[in-house]
Amino acid sequence: MAYVPHTDAERSEMLKAIGVAKMADLFPDVPARVRFPKLDLPPPSSELDIAREMRTLGARNVVVDPSHSFLGAGAYHHFRPAEVDYVLSRGEFYTSYTQYQPEVSQGMLQALFEYQSMICRLTGMEVSNASHYDGATALAEAVLLALNVAQGKRGKIVLSPAVHPQYRAVVRTYLAGTHAATIVGDADAITELSQLTSLIDSETAALVIQSPNFFGQCEALEGIADAVHRAGALLVVVTDPIALGLFKPPGAYGADIVVCDGQSLGIPLSFGGPHLGVFTARMAQVRRLSGHLVGETVDADGRRAYVLTLATREQHIRRAKATSNICTNSAVCALGAAVYLATMGKSGLRQVAELCFHKSHYAAQEIGKLKGFAVNPQAPKKTFFKEFVVRLPRPAAAVNKRLREQHGIIGGYDLGRDYPQLRDHMLIAVTEVNTRASIDRLVQALSEAAR
Amino acid sequence: MSRNATPTLNELSVPGRRGVDLPKPDVPKAKLPTADLREDCGLPELSQLDVVRHYLALSQRNFGVDSGFYPLGSCTMKYNPKINEEIARIPAFAEAHPLQDLDTVQGNLALMFELQQWLAEIGGFAGVTLQPAAGAHGEFTGLLMMRAYHHARGDQRRTRILIPNSAHGTNPASATMVGFTAVELRSDAHGNIDLEAVRSACDDTVAGIMMTNPNTLGLFEEQIEGVVGLVHGCGGLVYGDGANMNALAGIARPGDLGFDVMHFNLHKTFSTPHGGGGPGAGPVGVSERLVDFLPGPLIARQGDSYGLVEPKQSIGRVSTFFGNFGMFVRAYAYIRRHGAAGLRANSEHAVLNANYLRVKLRDAYVVPYDRINMHEFVCEGAIEGTGVRALDVAKRLLDYGFHPPTNYFPLIVPEALMIEPTETESKPTLDAFADAMRAIAQEAKSDPALVKSAPHETPVRRVDEVKAARELILTDRAKVG
Repeated sequence: MAYVPHTDAERSEMLKAIGVAKMADLFPDVPARVRFPKLDLPPPSSELDIAREMRTLGARNVVVDPSHSFLGAGAYHHFRPAEVDYVLSRGEFYTSYTQYQPEVSQGMLQALFEYQSMICRLTGMEVSNASHYDGATALAEAVLLALNVAQGKRGKIVLSPAVHPQYRAVVRTYLAGTHAATIVGDADAITELSQLTSLIDSETAALVIQSPNFFGQCEALEGIADAVHRAGALLVVVTDPIALGLFKPPGAYGADIVVCDGQSLGIPLSFGGPHLGVFTARMAQVRRLSGHLVGETVDADGRRAYVLTLATREQHIRRAKATSNICTNSAVCALGAAVYLATMGKSGLRQVAELCFHKSHYAAQEIGKLKGFAVNPQAPKKTFFKEFVVRLPRPAAAVNKRLREQHGIIGGYDLGRDYPQLRDHMLIAVTEVNTRASIDRLVQALSEAAR
Repeated sequence: MSRNATPTLNELSVPGRRGVDLPKPDVPKAKLPTADLREDCGLPELSQLDVVRHYLALSQRNFGVDSGFYPLGSCTMKYNPKINEEIARIPAFAEAHPLQDLDTVQGNLALMFELQQWLAEIGGFAGVTLQPAAGAHGEFTGLLMMRAYHHARGDQRRTRILIPNSAHGTNPASATMVGFTAVELRSDAHGNIDLEAVRSACDDTVAGIMMTNPNTLGLFEEQIEGVVGLVHGCGGLVYGDGANMNALAGIARPGDLGFDVMHFNLHKTFSTPHGGGGPGAGPVGVSERLVDFLPGPLIARQGDSYGLVEPKQSIGRVSTFFGNFGMFVRAYAYIRRHGAAGLRANSEHAVLNANYLRVKLRDAYVVPYDRINMHEFVCEGAIEGTGVRALDVAKRLLDYGFHPPTNYFPLIVPEALMIEPTETESKPTLDAFADAMRAIAQEAKSDPALVKSAPHETPVRRVDEVKAARELILTDRAKVG
């Protein structure tokens, strides 16, 4: 019995105290027809054997050094300071539950309060919840919040086609239970915000844009919020937290809700999850927010203390009338992000952002020199951050296969998977973990793979 | 635990201090745009040692399963095996990118395929999606599938979801998110759902019922087969809230009882850590008639390799990529460690421990449904004639070094204390907890003020929740130093 501590003597004594003869007698209410099924599972194994088995399983993945990977599209290789895992490995944190007993949860409460504080500074927003599942579900909840603000009078959500395709898919799933509909702007005009604002009308509850967008390009946010607000709608912006080390945040442009995935902030890729849903808004919406909120207060002796607050929004109090059903969130990832932000600090995050900017521009410039290649052909003049689009002389899937098999490089994201008109296009991500040497190798390999 | 107050990051910040050195750019610098740059991203400035000491100090003001007994009802705060943490950090898993070509992530796909199969086997289901990120997210996913199922049959009238009044709050909240109307059903004198209430609520507007079994009183629903029969009889589907699966793994399969859909909380039954509130993982199992509606993609075996398939009438994605893969790695290792016999033994000992505590406490506290329970039970925390309430008992337990049980839930028991010891606690721990509970019941009579003003030994004493909600200080007001 793996983690059950009972000795035979203890078990007998306990059964006797309960008044039953044997373990099987503890289930009198379970219908005999279904009781004690024979489960077809592999036999139990020791920790020693399982560790080996799991390493063998992992070895069936192709692992390359992150400096030779140029895949992003919503999940990124970044430098993770060792302090993050050091803190995340503290059992006091990761084996605790939600902070319903504040007297013994001050550590996590303060850490989450500080997370909220740093996220608000970073996004330029007024309130952050204590985390959501991931970026896509945070966006879906943001859309539900906007519909809630409109109180049923507006049922249209205008979505930029340059919002991450999987985020848009999750929003559509979340709207199935409402009467609202999404209007996605014309995919051929992916870079034109004006084309999107022209779709906003008196039925529109929110405009959703992403900046830097799915293609890595920074949207011109100036004046967008005004146009959206004049129409009586809310502006929801999906962003990249690393970019906020360098660029003016969406909050400074008047966004009403800013969400993102916080995986870049010290959270391992982990094949796509768990990541971190960052959810921020204006104080005007605080009572409509989903998720936990940590507030500062005092204890019975007047000492500073922290506590979960505005619980009356939440499902365990409001049940069917709650603002959301969310209960479990991504708290330990929020803790990791807080340690990351505290370690990087003001200058460190700026440095990371600048490295992403410079290295991605170097890669783009070098790839742009190759015959038959074009960088950001749809928007050559637009500022981009750490990702850019490359038009290839051959289909992206074929190029990626050669990059990997002949050069040990994981290439960019095949945009044809989501945008049929971009079949020969690849989205390349370059961060601080990619070295000049690895970029040069990529450029060389691309020129060979395209032949 | 440490009673020393900890300054905030902002208070510790000193201009010019740095925690990390990054390499200088090894490429020519590109020209930064001038218009959109920010001066200062507002983060604090600390040294690496400042950061480490800060979080170490905070950890000393926090209580987890590793700190002590955590009998939080409905939350299954069992031991989180350390080897699972180590395995989840193997670079092949932790550094894999979710959009890599499928032939480069066959190990991950194999792991997810097996986990889908094993969960289906444990729950008695025809298909499983791993994508939902948490229990409530799984409820949302399951209810969306139920809705899609009815709609696909041209039946748009089914908008009501029956939910017992003992249910978790997430159940009615999830029903609302899917556009259903939650209809609350009463419980009977034995703590079961009232069969007559189910019968009279069942008609052709019922999309289904959400059942927690064992229910939140820790009781296996004695009438479960009757309830399932009634709901199926009127054309509805049966949703199972799998939060209490730690009583059932290897004991009974919800699918065999007629459940059509159920979420698993990997962070409960399958030992992935709760992380101070998350992340969890909430895979959902479904019966044959719902498999076409599962969120996509699913993992499929295709000859010698693994690939992705999209169910025919999928409700769509509920999260990015594959869900919380890091939790799948831990749950996989856990199931491999136990096998069928081990999972059954876990459930048996979880039930043994809960029943043992019930009989140890029933002469000191009122146990309103005093019969053989499953993995948890509920007692009343008010001590008659003393003014001491469940909240006071819970707070006093903190002074004895125990995390309190869930309190004031389920709502159908006054002053409820809901106790779930889990199988990983030993008899001496349970005895010590029972002794503390009995001592508190004594203190309530001899010195009620001591109990009502508890806790006394914790990092802070009772906190002013009213002030927090009134003033709404949600970010640090201290300037970054």
